[in-house]
Amino acid sequence: MGGNHDLPSLPGYKGEALKILREAEAQAGDLIRIFKDGTSYEGVLMPRSEYGDERHIVIKIRSGYNIGVRVTADTRVEKVGAGAKVTFKPPPPPKQRPNLPRVSILSTGGTIASRVDYRTGAVRPAISAEDLYSIVPELSDIAVIETEVIFSLFSEDLTPKHWTRIAETVAKRIGEGVDGVVITHGTDTMAYTAAALSFALQDLPVPVVLVGAQRSEDRPSSDAALNLIGAVSAAAEAPFAEVVVAMHETVSDNAVAFHRGTKVRKCHTSRRDAFKSVNVNPLARLADGQLTMLTEDYRKRDHDRELTLKPNFDERVALIKFYPGMNPRLIDLYVDLGYRGLILEGTGLGHVGRKCFPSIRKAVERGLIVAMASQCIWGRVNMNVYTNGRDLLALGVIPLGDMLAETALVKLMWALGETDDPEEAKALLRTNMAGEVSARSIYI
Amino acid sequence: MSKQLNYSKIGLLVGLECHQQLATRTKLFCSCKPRLFKGEPKVTFLRRLRPTQSELGQVDPAAYFEFKKGVRILYEADNETSCLVEMDEEPPHPLNPEALEVALTVALMMNAKPVDEIHVMRKTVIDGSNTTGFQRTCVVALNGSIEVEGKAVPIEHISLEEDAARKTGAEGFEIRYRIDRLGIPLIEVTTGPVIQSPREAQRVALAIGRILRATKKVRRGIGTIRQDLNISIRDGALIEIKGVQELELISKVVEYEAKRQLGLLEIRDELKKRGVTEDEIRGEFHNATELFKKTKCRVLRKAINQGKRVLAVKLPKFSGLLGREIAPGMRLGREMADRARFWGRVGGIFHTDELPAYGVTEGEVDRLKRLLKAGPEDAVVFVADTLENAADALRAVVERAKEALRGVPEETRAANPDGTTRYMRPRPGAARMYPETDIPPIQITEEYLQELASRLPELPEEAVKRLMVEYDLNEKLAKQLVDSEYLGLFEDTVRKAQRVSPTVVAATLTETLKALRRDGVDVEEVSDEQILEVFRLVDSGRTTKEAIPEIITWLAEHKDGTVEEAVKELGLTVISGDELRSLVDRVVYENEAVVKERGEGAFGFLMGVIMKRYRGRLDAKVVSELLKERLKSLYRG
Ligand SMILES: [Zn+2]
Repeated sequence: MGGNHDLPSLPGYKGEALKILREAEAQAGDLIRIFKDGTSYEGVLMPRSEYGDERHIVIKIRSGYNIGVRVTADTRVEKVGAGAKVTFKPPPPPKQRPNLPRVSILSTGGTIASRVDYRTGAVRPAISAEDLYSIVPELSDIAVIETEVIFSLFSEDLTPKHWTRIAETVAKRIGEGVDGVVITHGTDTMAYTAAALSFALQDLPVPVVLVGAQRSEDRPSSDAALNLIGAVSAAAEAPFAEVVVAMHETVSDNAVAFHRGTKVRKCHTSRRDAFKSVNVNPLARLADGQLTMLTEDYRKRDHDRELTLKPNFDERVALIKFYPGMNPRLIDLYVDLGYRGLILEGTGLGHVGRKCFPSIRKAVERGLIVAMASQCIWGRVNMNVYTNGRDLLALGVIPLGDMLAETALVKLMWALGETDDPEEAKALLRTNMAGEVSARSIYI
Repeated sequence: MSKQLNYSKIGLLVGLECHQQLATRTKLFCSCKPRLFKGEPKVTFLRRLRPTQSELGQVDPAAYFEFKKGVRILYEADNETSCLVEMDEEPPHPLNPEALEVALTVALMMNAKPVDEIHVMRKTVIDGSNTTGFQRTCVVALNGSIEVEGKAVPIEHISLEEDAARKTGAEGFEIRYRIDRLGIPLIEVTTGPVIQSPREAQRVALAIGRILRATKKVRRGIGTIRQDLNISIRDGALIEIKGVQELELISKVVEYEAKRQLGLLEIRDELKKRGVTEDEIRGEFHNATELFKKTKCRVLRKAINQGKRVLAVKLPKFSGLLGREIAPGMRLGREMADRARFWGRVGGIFHTDELPAYGVTEGEVDRLKRLLKAGPEDAVVFVADTLENAADALRAVVERAKEALRGVPEETRAANPDGTTRYMRPRPGAARMYPETDIPPIQITEEYLQELASRLPELPEEAVKRLMVEYDLNEKLAKQLVDSEYLGLFEDTVRKAQRVSPTVVAATLTETLKALRRDGVDVEEVSDEQILEVFRLVDSGRTTKEAIPEIITWLAEHKDGTVEEAVKELGLTVISGDELRSLVDRVVYENEAVVKERGEGAFGFLMGVIMKRYRGRLDAKVVSELLKERLKSLYRG
């Protein structure tokens, strides 16, 4: 996907269907008639899904329904008329109000910032300021918006290199003096990116808000608009200057929660309120146009603060989830591959089976940083309670408190990206950099 | 207005869209049971539906207006009848194959051609009745035909779609919907616009309903079948009327709509004769609040006391036309009021054709007309509400007045229970159908269709004949049964309760249930299994057929009750054995004189006494045997 405007004339068609359509010189969008079995079907030729087979032609019949017509030996296609060029005409954008805060919206892809052209099947990013204003006119009451497409990718296709690019772009915009930055992002790995930016963008003067949608923007029930309004409001006016994720607080369309970038996790495959702060309360919430801080412990917005950019990540770090019967050779494998760090996602308070101990010992001896987070998601590791844990500590495994395993992975990548000295990296890992560890476990 | 219309002369054309809920085990796109719940919802959530642009970049103006006003929807749910799919919190599951099979079966019965590959679509509906903002629907077959009284009626589409949530209330800007009904499979049968009279419309609907019921996979009860009607007359407009729930109402709705369109055309001609032009209808609103400060009209007084305003507008040369009845109960004034309610969220409007009334005096009308410089030929419409709502309402009134100059405005109307209709919304544009990308297309193979064709249910006419031969039912009862949705249960019962006469079973399932329904008994609360159980008790002699209505009534009123409990609770267990013998003896003894006088001839009288006293608890055959025996022994003795 991406902003491809040179569309093939028969998108998705293959084999027999493609052949017969080519012979009829038909293009997607044309009015065609298909003759077979003594009947005929008339409709506008539609693109075929790339997962569709080679034997069906999809047309939109007069009532608006799509149907697939199977190509048989005696099927004939006739082009009845050329398709009308459909152009997307957003309504005129509302008037800009230059005295409002300036917010930069950076697009990386995902559900929130895409539009499907149902006639051609193409997906294109809808991210010009005009697009956004036309889709969510309320934004023009909140901020003056400038937009930039960094890339258009599904979030599962992002790598630490993309985090670097995002961080650099954010830094540039902040350097230009915007009042806040919004990043539209696919939800699947948004929490990883949020953690990465939390470490890469230090001493932030203004908020950096990641935002996504669980329902695509072209649906009337999409959560995109409210999330976007929340994100832009926070970027424009929130008192905090941190990296946060802005998503629905509940399944209702009435409040947006802002989660600290290092403490947030996608905890549901499909619900609007999939994102949860783990082990802490969200940083803030927005309801009825009112932003409320939910903690006093946050970095305050300060335009004069100088941003420190540390955007490098070393990808040679693995996240290993321990499970009963896990083959310790999996750990050896990473060592052999030249990895520099391992985050173990252990059971309970932070354990792995004793069979893994020799491999862990070897990894530590070879200079890898090995650290422990818990697969329980909620709670903190404590490796002093059971023998197993104490032995792991003795092997040199670093306990990570109540840090999320995914955040730990990102943090170790970042620490090793920042320094070649393992001892320095270990020190960074142990230091609270961006609220990723808390000393107290509060009851939530 | 009572004169019979010549429908062919006015060019009446009607098309039907018949929607029938299917009795599948699960909903169309998830595994929830297709059931409704009563009582308080366990879950509520709030949503706003945002009008999205069609692929042509257009936004439905009515939808956008609602959204801008801040309309919110409060959804009600429980965990039995809905899941995350209905909440639009989880993508739909694959299309229910059981529902698809019913739709394909109906398609074959109507000689329609199933499509080779089914594509599920999203039809934009943003009144809140669908949590997604669209209804999922797919066409399953095209170009069918059924014969109704010798005429071939084309069936354009047979579609499968999800039913919508049901509205449970509205307060201000908050609309409430219950999502239990959302996702129940509906089959939609669309005829071509070839129907030429109200009576024919009803016949066609009946014929379609019979074929649907023949699948024995349809839900029953009020609201499970709904007709939409597309009605036009020459020079009129294509009007879509939604939600006719009763078959008997169809001919009336068609008749009234034809009359309404004729009446609107007459008003158009009259306005032309009076020389009104669109430019003349200017839409200048006057604040008349001061004028009604001391009014005796309670509605106006209340509004003014709440700080609301009275806004008025002049409709030049409209005098007499707002109040004219164009079809029973339908007037242009009322159409304006409907529009005002929709666009301005006001309670209603006042217009000078109906005044003085409602506490508004002649003096007030005169002063109002003077304020607006309205002459005797002009009408004045006014409304009391917040300035914003009142202005929205009057804008809608002015728009409707302009449309009156052009004739019949295209719109979607809703049917009222009395056969009249009301404005619902503007007719949606054509470009509101999108592919449902979350559901892969479904291919229908030739083999599957052949297999379905080999086991099609019998057609209704065939079923009537067979019932008459096989079960010795009379024609009336057989027809009623075929029309009743209870044919499946009938055959099941006759097979499992063989000592009960089929005629009794058939009469119970048709006439008795109908009578109970008329008496307000919620028969739909009683499950098929329970009805079958009642017949089994009759079959085994533990209760009698006379007791059936009482038991069913009790079951309808006791949702969690069992048949056994009903019989016990009602004291309807059959009296038998020694108890019955002593009962017969007692009655004979009490009526000794009669017995002495008439001997065995007292049988009829005594039988009457016994049955009257213990009706529903006695098996008449057994009583008659016992009584005969007793009389014989007495007589001899
Ligand atoms: Zn469900």
